[in-house]
Amino acid sequence: MKGFWKLAWVEIKLYLRQPEAAFFTLVFPMLLLFLFGSIYGNTPNPFFGNRGMVDVSTPAYLAMIIGSTGLMSMAITVSSNREKGVLRRYRATPLRPAAVLASQVIVNFLMTLFGGVLLIASARLVFGLRFEGRPLDVLLGFTLSCLSFFAVGFLLASVARTARAANILGMVLYFPNLFLSGATIPKQIFPPAVKAVSKFIPLTHVVNLLQGLWIGNPLGKHLLEIAVLAGLLVLGVAVSAKAFRWE
Amino acid sequence: MPSATPAIEIESLAKSYGRLRAVDGISFKVGTGEIFGMVGPNGAGKTTTIECLEGMRFPDGGVVRVLGLDPRKDGQELRERTGVQLQQSALPDDMRVWEALDLFASYYRKPAAWQPLLDRLEIADKRNARFSKLSGGQKQRLFIALALVNDPELVFLDELTTGLDPHARRSMWDLIRAIRERGKTVFLTTHYMEEAEHLCDRVLVIDHGRIVALDSPANLVRGLRSEIRILFTAEPGFDPAPLRSLPGVARVEKNGEKVIVAGQGDRLIVVVVNALDAAGARFRDLRTEQPDLEDVFLALTAESGLDGGLR
Ligand SMILES: Nc1ncnc2c1ncn2[C@@H]1O[C@H](COP(=O)(O)OP(=O)(O)OP(=O)(O)O)[C@@H](O)[C@H]1O
Ligand SMILES: [Mg+2]
Repeated sequence: MKGFWKLAWVEIKLYLRQPEAAFFTLVFPMLLLFLFGSIYGNTPNPFFGNRGMVDVSTPAYLAMIIGSTGLMSMAITVSSNREKGVLRRYRATPLRPAAVLASQVIVNFLMTLFGGVLLIASARLVFGLRFEGRPLDVLLGFTLSCLSFFAVGFLLASVARTARAANILGMVLYFPNLFLSGATIPKQIFPPAVKAVSKFIPLTHVVNLLQGLWIGNPLGKHLLEIAVLAGLLVLGVAVSAKAFRWE
Repeated sequence: MPSATPAIEIESLAKSYGRLRAVDGISFKVGTGEIFGMVGPNGAGKTTTIECLEGMRFPDGGVVRVLGLDPRKDGQELRERTGVQLQQSALPDDMRVWEALDLFASYYRKPAAWQPLLDRLEIADKRNARFSKLSGGQKQRLFIALALVNDPELVFLDELTTGLDPHARRSMWDLIRAIRERGKTVFLTTHYMEEAEHLCDRVLVIDHGRIVALDSPANLVRGLRSEIRILFTAEPGFDPAPLRSLPGVARVEKNGEKVIVAGQGDRLIVVVVNALDAAGARFRDLRTEQPDLEDVFLALTAESGLDGGLR
């Protein structure tokens, strides 16, 4: 594993040097928070189950960050590194191939976590965000969600022949996931038809899981979400293991 | 100067892409401490061969031993001990030069200090530049630095001086010789015959995936048996006829004041100059044109046109 942590550190720096990626993980969720927070405030409202807008939106925005690192950053970085020949160059060193991929997982996880912490801290400081859950459960749910979306990102990079194709595939999946899952627009305002579609959107399960854990539901109450996300994880890893190419 | 233990041994190496036989049964050895060059037209199979040796591609047939290791089974150990500059590769656009060297050095058990490499390859002033902002030649130098960052026993350089300016090319030659002075082996491919001729102990000419010739540059040129030409400017009344009967002379042409004497043999020049001197002839601007590796290349790979020719 020589060089692994150095690679992870360099990859973090590279991540932060790409304005688009940093925007979607760090800046965009905060923009939404401040926009809607300043319009609706965070006073408890029966519409949100006697919680405030910010209390309900913050875990949903966490899901949004997970969706963007998984479907966009992961898929695009891996496929463009392959297309340009970066992966080839790495493969000509003693660094184990698994370490190259693992470093991407670690970096995207840390950046998602960083974006999440930044969001939670601002929501708490500015809007008095309330938290009724168990931190460990939330962290577990967050980690599972990240891993399964990263696996899907890898899957996209594996099946797409070019970086452009991966980019388009990522977008095509990202936007419906973003808008139909309740990650940006609260589910409560969805008309029944959209609610029905929403059940089939993977990110919906991340939103439901994190929102539930946030208000103190036990993990056992979210077996459906956990099963769906674990299934995605297995699917992503299995397809990538078969289809992934280094060049 | 091949020594007892070869650094590279390949026996009937073959690699096809679909129906195309890119490398078609080649065998040779490279001695430890040798600078070994491979030349051939585009698509001849150089990159395929070198990447089979590096363990980047796997052959369909034949036996490959590099530093006594099998690239397929002992790839990890092989990559630890060899340096590789690929014909095609890249680094992330936003990676800085120093970060790349520092990162790659960390992958090896016994990394070399990378700061001197920056100086040696004259990219020290670019140490903070991002990869995407480097010129083609600067990228090339960085890749060569990365190939040397583990102080390898054997270094593979696929088109090492493509994109380098004439100064950089010559300083690269010095660098390669310095590597060899320290007992290391260098395996390179090039499209510059001048480079192969000046740098390599032995040169392999490959075409259509097969070995066409393998020898020292001097022997390859000698083997061509092509003529040496002596050119000079004579006075108006000069009679070239007596030169025709000199030993080794094949042809003499006179075109106004310009005279060309063509023939063969290492003594041709001495014979001609002595004869001119003995006859009291006055001549100026005497020079010779000798066949070089480029002529060998053109003669041996004659039927290949663009993109590897007909198959
Ligand atoms: N990955 C590949 N898939 C299919 N065909 C390939 C592949 N790599 C090389 N070839 C083909 O194999 C032949 C040999 O290619 P190779 O890259 O080994 O040539 P080369 O001697 O290095 O040429 P150049 O001087 O242009 O670099 C070419 O005809 C090329 O089109
Ligand atoms: Mg090549």
